[in-house]
Amino acid sequence: MIEMKNIKKIYTIGEMRVEALRGIDLDIKKNEFISIMGPSGSGKSTLMNLLGCLDTPTEGEYLLEGERVANLHHNRLAEIRNQKIGFVFQSFNLLPYATAFENVEIPLIFRGTASRMRKQKAEELLEKVGLKDRMNHKPTELSGGEMQRVSIARALVNDPSIILADEPTGNLDSISGGEIIEVFVDLWKQGHTIAVITHDKDIAVRTQKIVKLKDGRVVDGGSSL
Amino acid sequence: MAFFVFINQFLRDMRSQKLRTLLTLFGIIWGTVAVTLLLAFGEGLHNQQIKDMHGLGDRIILLWSGATSIPYQGLGKGREINFKEEDAFLLQKEIKEIGQISPEYSEGNIQIKYGKNVFTQRVTGVYPVYKDLRNMIPENRGRFINELDIKERKRVVFLGDKLKNDLFKENNALGEYILINNTPFLVVGVMIKKEQNSNYSDRDAYKAVIPATTLAVMFGRRNIDNMVIKPNVPKQNEYVINRVYEVLGKKYKFDPKDKEALLIWDTAEFDKFINLLFMGMRVFLGIIGAFTLIVGGIGVSNIMNVVIEERTREIGIKMATGAKRRYILSQFVFETLLITFIGGAIGFLISWGMTAVFPLFKLEEYVGNPVFSSSVAVIAALILGLIGFLAGFFPARRAASLNPIEALRL
Ligand SMILES: Nc1ncnc2c1ncn2[C@@H]1O[C@H](COP(=O)(O)OP(=O)(O)OP(=O)(O)O)[C@@H](O)[C@H]1O
Ligand SMILES: [Mg+2]
Repeated sequence: MIEMKNIKKIYTIGEMRVEALRGIDLDIKKNEFISIMGPSGSGKSTLMNLLGCLDTPTEGEYLLEGERVANLHHNRLAEIRNQKIGFVFQSFNLLPYATAFENVEIPLIFRGTASRMRKQKAEELLEKVGLKDRMNHKPTELSGGEMQRVSIARALVNDPSIILADEPTGNLDSISGGEIIEVFVDLWKQGHTIAVITHDKDIAVRTQKIVKLKDGRVVDGGSSL
Repeated sequence: MAFFVFINQFLRDMRSQKLRTLLTLFGIIWGTVAVTLLLAFGEGLHNQQIKDMHGLGDRIILLWSGATSIPYQGLGKGREINFKEEDAFLLQKEIKEIGQISPEYSEGNIQIKYGKNVFTQRVTGVYPVYKDLRNMIPENRGRFINELDIKERKRVVFLGDKLKNDLFKENNALGEYILINNTPFLVVGVMIKKEQNSNYSDRDAYKAVIPATTLAVMFGRRNIDNMVIKPNVPKQNEYVINRVYEVLGKKYKFDPKDKEALLIWDTAEFDKFINLLFMGMRVFLGIIGAFTLIVGGIGVSNIMNVVIEERTREIGIKMATGAKRRYILSQFVFETLLITFIGGAIGFLISWGMTAVFPLFKLEEYVGNPVFSSSVAVIAALILGLIGFLAGFFPARRAASLNPIEALRL
C-alpha cells in the first residue's frame, strides 16, 4: 500500500546541509502494524512527516495506494491528508479554543460533510476512544491521555488508509501511554493499517514489524516478530 | 454546500476567539468614530461661523461718511462729508448693480419703557428693505416696517428678541404700546432669534427698529448715520464700492480715489477670510484625520499580526488535517471583511448618534452642530479594514503556502 524508494531529505539552514534521510526504502502493506525505532536525530519524525504528506522529500519516489505523491498539486495533497492519512502527533496539535467534539469534526468539515453526518461520525469516534462524556470539553480541560484519544478520534474520522503516529505516548505517563497503545492494537485488529514511532521497546514488541533507523538509513527493515 | 459548512465554521472560529475579534473590532470602531467626529465637528464649526456672519447680513456693504484726505477741485482736505437719506436713492438710481439699499439713522441711549420695565437701548430708523439686508425676520404674525409706515411716518416699532423679552417677558408684545423717549409706539413685530457674531453698533437682538422717516422727525435729524447696500450679485461688491466713490464723489466733490472720504465695511471680505481660515482648518483636520487613520491602522495591523502568529499554528493544524490553501485564505478574508463591516457599521452608528445627540447640549452658539458625513465614516472604516487586511493577508498567505509541518513548527 505504501512504497518508498530511495527517499532522501536534506534540510538546508543557511550554509549548513543536514541530511536527515539518506535513501530510505520502505514498504507498508495493508493492515500491517509497524513500529519505527532509532536513536534521537536518526530521522524518524522526518520519515513520518513524509509518509503523512506533511512535508515533501528532496529526492526519491513515494507511492501511496499507487498514486505518485511527489509533485502533486497542493490541493490534491490536502485531500490526501484529509482522506487517506490519519496523523497522531506527540504534542496532540489540537485547536485550543475548540471542544473535543469540534476538534474531531474538523477533518469532516474540510471534506464538506453535512452537519448531521459530522455529528454522528464525530460522536461515534469519541465513543470508540471512550470520551463520549467529555466531548464538550476543551483541550485544556482534558488530561494528556484524553487529549491523545481526541487526536486519535480525529485521525480516524475520515476512515483513512493509514494511521501515522509520531511518539503518541511520548508526552504521557506509562499508564495512559499503555492505554493508548491498547487503542492502537484494537484498531489494528479491526483492520486498520498503522505505523508508530516509539522509543519504548514494550510498545514496539506489540507491533508486527520493527523498522530501525540510524543516521537517516534503515539499518534493520522488518524483523517481523 | 461546502460553502455554508465553511462559513459556519468561520463564524464559529470567530466566536471562540472573542478577545482577538473584539480587539480588532474595537480598533476599527475607534478609528472610524475618531475621524468621522473630527471632520463632523470641523464642518459644524465652519457652518456656524458662516451662519453667525450672515446674522449681520449676507455679504452686505456698510457705508459711513468720512472726511476728505486729498484736496480736490480747489477744496482743502479734512472736509467732513455728511449723507442724507436721498443719497441712498441717488446711489440706487445711478448704480444698477445695487440690489437693495437702505439708509440708517441710529440713536443710542434711548429710554424704552413698557409698564414698569425701563431699558436704555439703541433705536434705529430704516427702510423696509433693511429686513432682508440684515436678516431681521419677524416672528409669527408680526411684520417689519413697511412702505406705508415710512410714508405716513407712523409710530410703529419692530423689536429685537432680547429687548422684547426684557420688556414683555413671555407675554405677547404684538399690538402693545411701548414708550420710546415717552412717545408711544405700536409693536408690529418681534425679530426671530438669530446668530450674530459681528455688529457695528449694538446687537440687533437689543435694538428697537422704527421707520427712518419717523426717527428723522422725532430726533430732528438731517443726516443719516450710514447706509446698508447689497449688490445683485455678491461678486460685484468691489465694483459697486468703486461706483459709490464715483457717484458720491461727484455729488460731494471729493476725489473718487480718496478712500477716507467714505468708510466702507465689505462683509464679503470677511466671508473670504472665514473661508480661507476654514480651508486651512480642513487641511489641518485632514492631516490629523490621516494620522488617526494611520495610528488606528497600525493598531489594527498589530492585532492582525499577533493573530497571525498565534494563528500560524492553527493554520498548520488545519492544513495537516486537510484544509486547502484557499480555505485558509478565504477564512482570513471573510473575517477581515466581516470585522470591517461590523466595526464600520458600529462606528458609523456611534458617530451618527453622537452628532444627532449633540444639538441637545445647546452648544450650537459656540461650536456649531457637527455635520455627520456618511461617506467619511464609510471611507474611514474601509481604509482601516484595508490596512488590517494588507497587514494580515501576506503573513496568512505565507503560512498557507508552507508545508503543514513548517507551519506547525513556527
Ligand atoms: N526543520 C529542520 N531543519 C533542519 N534540520 C532538521 C529539521 N528537522 C529535523 N532536522 C534534523 O534532521 C535530523 C533528523 O531529525 P528528526 O526530527 O527526524 O529525528 P528523530 O529521529 O525524530 O529524533 P527524535 O527521536 O529526537 O524525535 C536531525 O539531525 C534534526 O536536527
Ligand atoms: Mg522525532
